[in-house]
Amino acid sequence: MIRLEEPRKFRMLVHQANQVASEIFRPNSRKYDRAEHAYPKELDMLSALMDGMNDGGDRGAGTAGLARAASDSNDIVNGANMSTVLGLIELCWGDVGLALSLPRQGLGNAAIAAVANEEQKKALRGCWAGMAITEPGCGSDSAAIRTTAVRDGDEFVINGEKIFVTAGQRCDHVVVWATLDPNKGRAAIKSFVVPKDNPGMKVLRLEHKLGIRSSDTATLVLENCRVPRSALLGNEDIDTKQGFGGVMQTFDNTRPVVAAMAIGVARAALERTRELLEQAGLNPDDYGADRWRMPAAQATFHELESEWEAARLLTLRAAWMADNGQPNSLQASMSKAKAGRMATQVTLKCAELGGALGYSEDELLEKWARDSKILDIFEGTQQIQLLIVARRLLGKSSAELK
Amino acid sequence: MAKRQRDVQGLGLAALNRLARSKTLDRLGLKKPTEKALYQASRTGFKVAGTAGRQFKAVKQLLRPARMETLKPSDLFDLTPTEEQTMVVESVRRFAEQALRPAAADAETHSEISEDVWKGAFELGLSLMAVPQALGGAGSERSPLSNALIAEALAWGDMGQALALMAPVGVANALSAWGNSDQQMRYLAAFAEDNPPDAALALLEPHPLADPQKPQCHGQALKDGSGWQLSGEKALVPLGPFADLLIVSAELEGLGPRLIVIKGDSDGLSAKAEPAMGLRAASLGRIVLDQITVQPADILGDQHAFEQAVALARLGWCALAVGTCQAVLDYVIPYVNERKAFGEPVSHRQGVAFTVANMGLELDAMRLMMWRATARAEQGQSFLREAVLAHRYCADKAMQIGSDGVQMLGGHGYVKEHPVERWYRDLRAVANLEGGLLL
Repeated sequence: MIRLEEPRKFRMLVHQANQVASEIFRPNSRKYDRAEHAYPKELDMLSALMDGMNDGGDRGAGTAGLARAASDSNDIVNGANMSTVLGLIELCWGDVGLALSLPRQGLGNAAIAAVANEEQKKALRGCWAGMAITEPGCGSDSAAIRTTAVRDGDEFVINGEKIFVTAGQRCDHVVVWATLDPNKGRAAIKSFVVPKDNPGMKVLRLEHKLGIRSSDTATLVLENCRVPRSALLGNEDIDTKQGFGGVMQTFDNTRPVVAAMAIGVARAALERTRELLEQAGLNPDDYGADRWRMPAAQATFHELESEWEAARLLTLRAAWMADNGQPNSLQASMSKAKAGRMATQVTLKCAELGGALGYSEDELLEKWARDSKILDIFEGTQQIQLLIVARRLLGKSSAELK
Repeated sequence: MAKRQRDVQGLGLAALNRLARSKTLDRLGLKKPTEKALYQASRTGFKVAGTAGRQFKAVKQLLRPARMETLKPSDLFDLTPTEEQTMVVESVRRFAEQALRPAAADAETHSEISEDVWKGAFELGLSLMAVPQALGGAGSERSPLSNALIAEALAWGDMGQALALMAPVGVANALSAWGNSDQQMRYLAAFAEDNPPDAALALLEPHPLADPQKPQCHGQALKDGSGWQLSGEKALVPLGPFADLLIVSAELEGLGPRLIVIKGDSDGLSAKAEPAMGLRAASLGRIVLDQITVQPADILGDQHAFEQAVALARLGWCALAVGTCQAVLDYVIPYVNERKAFGEPVSHRQGVAFTVANMGLELDAMRLMMWRATARAEQGQSFLREAVLAHRYCADKAMQIGSDGVQMLGGHGYVKEHPVERWYRDLRAVANLEGGLLL
């Protein structure tokens, strides 16, 4: 039966996440925006708490629980994908950078959850894994990866440079994408779990960024970095037919999660703007107001709200499909494309509606407008998402629609 | 912008225009369109509406209003229609594909729906489902969502015809939701009969910046307190020129804004055809109310009902928009895949492909927003905010999709050989029109 409301059973979880966001993230939000690269030690205590939440029956707001549910019954499920999305909306309402800095909630953890075998999952339990894909010479075109992994007896030897590794400094493991054979294209690209204490891998430097400054973004260098064969996630064979499937699968599950982050930060901006408009004497919650005669700021606010609702519903749909075992690659990309651009549009417009307050560091509006931009870039840019959506709608291969 | 004034050149052009009108038409053999225009003009003369005094007589006895139940919702987020909804939508979709789509161009030219289509819609039981079983209908629960899914499916075939078919259903929905037992006995039972009345919800008024929440149609209280004298105008009312029954909105002195049930043959009511940019198949009409006597028994529901009606009508427009935009997308995809330029399908270019991607994702967002607001309405939750946001969203994005639909076909989109130019005209209505149908 069609109903697009958040289920009651997640209220507790949403409430918990909101408490974390308002009591821990918000009070530290500006502090770590200014002190880029300083470790937000307030998060250590918090992560212990979140581990507890994750180990309990209820899913936390982490990424590790993301997996496609098996569709073994006809009953509709609201499960881990939806609760993760709902939790992250709350956390990122607090602060996107700090949410990205939560120990043991890295993108690498999502990859491990999606493609690791049972033995690997057991060995990596409790790890904090970053994800290293991008290289100086390739971003969205991950098939062009130049980092190599060469078999040497029972080990792989990895060589290459990785940039833009979120939590690359703070995490204890990194999922590194490397090719077994640069001449064999996508099918030869595999991912390897490399512990940070491996002497062959070093953090070269940290980036200074437009936003999400509380989250560290590292450049890693791998020099004759030796890992055991068991570090490879998935299948060792180069199957040109299966191609990218394994590693890319991670993204079907994580795109709605990034969309959720965008929804969270945009809601923060909308809520603060609503308060500021009320201070200015408007009543932004008057939805029955005469459409053409209401103040322009109020009309703008309603327009932003409708964009926000649209992105939110597309994201909940993608998560709901994953929870119910329905293939959702198309819908996941739609949600990421919409939410990514919505967050930039909404936070920038809210900064504009705030006037001086929207631009000044006295308010967080300007920060949200900087933080949000990354959400339309990482985990597949706006343009990559549109390519995926277009290929699916038009029935085109990546060779036809480039 | 400065107000434009006619200068010498303008006067010259105006003269040329007059000349062209009289002489060249004959010379170029364009007499037919002129006759058509004359025909339209003759049709636009005001006349008494209604199928010559249709009788509404109470056929059933009701002690209390027959309200249909609403389904008990579960607690979960769910996008699966019920089995019944799936079945109904499937048959409506087939009807839209086999009956409405092929008839769309003709219905537009003739500014009305063919007898066959009316008959087909009746056989589908469209209005029957809106009438409670106690009054001879087939309705078991009041479901705005089912109405939305039906409107979507009909509009996929043709938005103009869909509007005409949904207009009487909307009146039946309103009577079933808010009518008292007298009103239900008198009017609602007729919608379950073989020849359901032509009826529509008339909210829109022909003033710039008109706000449906504040109707300018005004009922002046009679001195003896027996009722009101109602005057005003309603614009672009579907089936307006021959409506048997209307629900109009008006500000009643001493009471506030209300919905009022008015018969098409009431003294003081006149109607004329009001052809517009699109939706011509819906026989849009202007209604003039000139000192019509309104009694308390004619008032439908309270102010809350009036506010809900405005919102449920807007959701109806959202549903029509979703169905029409789906038609646009379904038409554009094979076209851009087959059309070749520079040696390959135009869909291989990002400029085209990204436009299609955006049409697809915005369409899905429109549908989800409309569904959410409608589900909230059905499940007894507040929904005015959601309806306003959905309506604003659908109005903007639907027009963008309509415009992109024409753009993707290029010059071919601009000519009537393809339906996208009609959809473009139809979709302009989503933001402009109020009332007309009600989920």
